[in-house]
Amino acid sequence: MMEECSKGSGAACSPKLLDLIPKEMEWAVAKGKNGDVERSSVEIRKLELRLGLPGDDEWSLKNTNTAKNMNRERDHHDSLFSLGYFNHGHHHNHHHHFHHHQPSHKAGSHEMSPQVGPVAGSSSSSVWFNQQQQQLAPPSSFLQFPTTTKAATDKQQSSCLLLPTVAKESSQLCCTKVGAIDLQQGPAEKKAFSPPAAPPTPANTAVANSSQKRTAPGPVVGWPPIRSFRKNLASSSSSSKQQQTTDSQSGNPNKKAATSDKPVEVCKKGMFVKINMDGVPIGRKVDLTAYDSYPRLSTAVDELFRGLLAAQRDSSAGGNINKQQQEGEEKAITGLLDGSGEYTLVYEDNEGDRMLVGDVPWHMFVSTVKRLRVLKSSEVSALSLGCSKQEKMVAMK
Amino acid sequence: MNYFPDEVLEHIFDFVGSHKDRNSVSQVCKLWYRIESYSRQTVFVGNCYAIGPERVAERFSGLKSITLKGKPHFADFNLVPPDWGGFVYPWIEAFARSRVGLEELRLKRMVVSDESLELLSRSFPNFKSLVLVSCEGFTTDGLAAVAAYCRQLKELDLQENDVEDHRGHWLSCFPESSTSLVSLNFACLKGDINLPALERLVARSPNLKSLRLSRAVPLDVLQRILIRAPQLLDLGVGSYLHDPDSENYNKLVTAIQKCKSVRSLSGFLDVAPHCLSAFHVICPNLTSLNLSYAPGIYDNELIKLIRHCHKLQRLWILDCIGDKGLEVVASTCKDLEELRVFPSDPYVGQAAVTEEGLVAISRGCQKLNSILYFCQQMTNAALITVAKNCPNFVRFRLCILDPTKPDAVTQQPLDEGFGAIVQACKGLKRLSLSGLLTDQVFLYIGMYAEQLEMLSIAFAGDSDKGMQYVLKGCKKLRKLEIRDSPFGNAALLMDVAKYETMRSLWMSSCEVTLGGCKALAKRMPGLNVEIINENDQMEFVGGCDDDRQKVEKMYLYRTLAGQRRDAPEFVWTL
Repeated sequence: MMEECSKGSGAACSPKLLDLIPKEMEWAVAKGKNGDVERSSVEIRKLELRLGLPGDDEWSLKNTNTAKNMNRERDHHDSLFSLGYFNHGHHHNHHHHFHHHQPSHKAGSHEMSPQVGPVAGSSSSSVWFNQQQQQLAPPSSFLQFPTTTKAATDKQQSSCLLLPTVAKESSQLCCTKVGAIDLQQGPAEKKAFSPPAAPPTPANTAVANSSQKRTAPGPVVGWPPIRSFRKNLASSSSSSKQQQTTDSQSGNPNKKAATSDKPVEVCKKGMFVKINMDGVPIGRKVDLTAYDSYPRLSTAVDELFRGLLAAQRDSSAGGNINKQQQEGEEKAITGLLDGSGEYTLVYEDNEGDRMLVGDVPWHMFVSTVKRLRVLKSSEVSALSLGCSKQEKMVAMK
Repeated sequence: MNYFPDEVLEHIFDFVGSHKDRNSVSQVCKLWYRIESYSRQTVFVGNCYAIGPERVAERFSGLKSITLKGKPHFADFNLVPPDWGGFVYPWIEAFARSRVGLEELRLKRMVVSDESLELLSRSFPNFKSLVLVSCEGFTTDGLAAVAAYCRQLKELDLQENDVEDHRGHWLSCFPESSTSLVSLNFACLKGDINLPALERLVARSPNLKSLRLSRAVPLDVLQRILIRAPQLLDLGVGSYLHDPDSENYNKLVTAIQKCKSVRSLSGFLDVAPHCLSAFHVICPNLTSLNLSYAPGIYDNELIKLIRHCHKLQRLWILDCIGDKGLEVVASTCKDLEELRVFPSDPYVGQAAVTEEGLVAISRGCQKLNSILYFCQQMTNAALITVAKNCPNFVRFRLCILDPTKPDAVTQQPLDEGFGAIVQACKGLKRLSLSGLLTDQVFLYIGMYAEQLEMLSIAFAGDSDKGMQYVLKGCKKLRKLEIRDSPFGNAALLMDVAKYETMRSLWMSSCEVTLGGCKALAKRMPGLNVEIINENDQMEFVGGCDDDRQKVEKMYLYRTLAGQRRDAPEFVWTL
């Protein structure tokens, strides 16, 4: 495949050392017009590497002072590390990391910044790394997971990373100045993020108190991120499975029709859809391209499930499942489309709504259907077809 | 300084292969620039709108091979409307006019018309190699022109293109005198193939090393082809439907046994779930196996096959292999470097692999450096373990089918897990995130992902800070693509100069407004800031209120070519 060839950079040395120099050059060259003043000096370069605000020299000096507690060298990584801690305001429930606001923190603006910086995760996945903070040399053993002994010994560095109990220490590392200088994003951060089409409740209750996240209920355009032809794979491959070799030589018109259309923007031409039936634990799949009308589909569903349904009845009746018995008792499944039968055919469309089969023209149905279900007619009337968000979320699970 | 004659410099530059290095070389001094420019034969243009073809032809007078990329990456997932752009025709036309001695053209995500293929085939007598990846806009008629007029054609490689198939006759357009073919890949074609023509073509191509067939090529033809071309290194099986007891199958088994050179196996576009055992005999030689187009292979068949593949370095499969299957991979394929696990049923989201499969792989495959993994769920613990086991990742792409799913065990965000990955994998160049993620993960990325060049973000982050951490921290970032994340103008405008050090930025369904984009465009004339306004979502009536509208899709890129003139109506360049 045309992979991006690995773009080894010209500078082959340790990024830590050379970061200060060549990049500065790059920046100076690259900029041109936009005179960001800070780019012109190494001092400010360091600042930048520390994820500081452009032009904020003051902060960088203060930062190093605060960092001295940590027994680390003034290294850009160190600063980055401490930089992380400018978060003491925001109460993300799902971040149960630092909730301790140290008195040493200056008033500063308790901006609502999200928990940042290497923090103690939840107790189960709590181990983080305690390297980097120490020196330029690459960390020898980070990922002390899940031991806590190292935490005990390397109190100053690692502790903050490992357990919630040492959060206090680690918050010491927080640079209050940083907090104060927080990117002046106050309003922006506090602003609850309200995506245009997002559902009101995030799927995960753990983040209930966070700023509204975009959650994706059910099928989303462009998700999962795979190319269109992969979405078609299951269908087009399986439909050909049913053919003999000779068919593929002569060219099966069905197959051509299904696969030679130019895919439209959001490809919905998957022809094999799952179909489940109430009372039958095993589902089937139907190739919708094999049918051109609702009655044909209905017949196919009957054929697919007739035997299985009878087998279920037999087994639920507790008797021996004897082939003769089975065949004798197989009952045709009729009235799927008009509500007259014991069962009714419904489907889920591309928006996650549950719909009665038969309302729209066949080709429209085929282009929006995602899966089929055969429900007991009695249940259908009780259901609300076309769903609320909750039902959609449940349905899609 | 000129201690050497030009020829010596030129000879030395011959040893400098990578684009980056050659770019660096050309910046040393004017002399080096000049010499490097006329001696460079292979040019890479990552964004076809970043520069005009005339300038390329002018600077690189010795140009023989060019790689062009067109649409943004998210076009692969239908986020970019058709007709957005990325036309190759102007390039071919300009090169033809400038009499570039083009021999190789490699395109990705571009619109290729039949006219451009015809022009290509007639304009460059030495043309040897055409590689089209994820392109569209052409039909088999264009291929017929290439077959007929490119007398020296060695390589015709069509990967995952959208080709309108008119007829199978293009294969018969290869003249009988054409014997130079080394690589032929038409697996993505959907229509019929002139099978006798194919067999004859293979028979008269003694140098054929790579052959990937479409599903229109049935088993008996495959068998005859293999008999004719036992020298193949790379085989893509088309259709693999057969009756295991048939004569054909037995012949196939014999034919396969003769293909001792095959190192790469793919295809199986139509496959009967059994009877892969015919291929077991070549499995021990395989270094690359791609079964990701074959949903019909059951997991136990897959596993049986893989157990023979001890030398595998690259494996692309579907998730129906399951976690258990991945454990088999982990214990068998000790040389594995690249793994891609695709979802077999993307709509339903019942992926068959979880974090366990990934952890198993990380334990068994120490050389793993590239992964694309679609899964049902993930945990921080698993990611941390993976990071510990495999610190060599260069590409790490994780896609949880439910895009905002938290840690399956703890319900926490996956910040820690991804943080572990970027922290441990010092050479990480490409990262795709998914799952529930807060700004925290971006802080980690900014801090640790020093070599990161490409980052893909979807449904992640809490505030502008997330994006800001990345922009500040990732010095080598070249491509950033974000969708459905709460990053707005503050993030976008924080460091506008950075975008000139990057190839491109994509933001869709974020919080950036028209005003923010306008401000950016104003401050950075060296960028094209494009707003994609499908379905008339935005109104450009004029006046201040407009600026507060959120921009649904924004794509910006640095360019020396100015505003592009082929933008469709729905694309506004600010």
